[in-house]
Amino acid sequence: MMEAEEKKVGIISCSGEKCVEGTISRIATRLVLAKLRPNETVTICLPLFLAGGKEEREFARDYPTITVDGCDKTCAKLATKRYSGKPASSIVITDLMKNWQCANLNSRRELNDETLKVTRKVADRIAQEVDEVLKHWV
Amino acid sequence: MKMCASPQKKVIVIPCSGIGKAFGSISRDATYEVTEKLRGDATQTLCLALLVSGDEESIQLVRNNACITVDGCPLQCAEKNVKLAGGNLVSSFRVVDAYKENRHLKPRAVTFLDRDGRQMALALAQKIAKKVDDLLGEQ
Repeated sequence: MMEAEEKKVGIISCSGEKCVEGTISRIATRLVLAKLRPNETVTICLPLFLAGGKEEREFARDYPTITVDGCDKTCAKLATKRYSGKPASSIVITDLMKNWQCANLNSRRELNDETLKVTRKVADRIAQEVDEVLKHWV
Repeated sequence: MKMCASPQKKVIVIPCSGIGKAFGSISRDATYEVTEKLRGDATQTLCLALLVSGDEESIQLVRNNACITVDGCPLQCAEKNVKLAGGNLVSSFRVVDAYKENRHLKPRAVTFLDRDGRQMALALAQKIAKKVDDLLGEQ
């Protein structure tokens, strides 16, 4: 386990398998972890968290979290709230889409150029939220 | 072994989609290979997180159809959660077994699978598709 004073934000993605927004939530989260904020973030496996993963739930209780959900069922947000406390921030891809007017999102598996562009925008948005959380860390 | 009772029913393939390691991505990719390409008419997938959250429609889906789980790590979240939901689990696959059978492949990338990762997903998908055929043959 990490040192108590280490500042880390947990990002919890729904990774919903049934829709392209689930894939976007997953890949955007991975982009933040691997490229945009690798030193400031960790991720939590949602199915493991939901299944009762002790370390995952403890982390989400002790550290701030950002949930990234594909649709308005908000599985990641609700689970985090239920088992570990309110997330510091919650992002819902379908809500973002309404403002971004995306027309040509494609397969859940191979992302086309437009879907990839949207995914990068979501990743940037998550990174901004990470910065906000860290700015207000007490 | 229980099986689908009507032709409209589908085999539900459920990956863990673990996000931390390549094996989780392989479980997801293998599932899409089966449900979108190899056996698109006979299979479908569902959101594991939604099922575990207690969504009634998802629970009925796994109870009323044959389910195959595909897990990336030994914690086997997909298998455990389908069982917990009272699902009709007929077969479980593990990416680690595909790894043992394909030791020449060294998948590393997580966000976007590399060539070895895609090949391992394909090898696993072919085994899952074979299982789907076996199940449908028993009908």
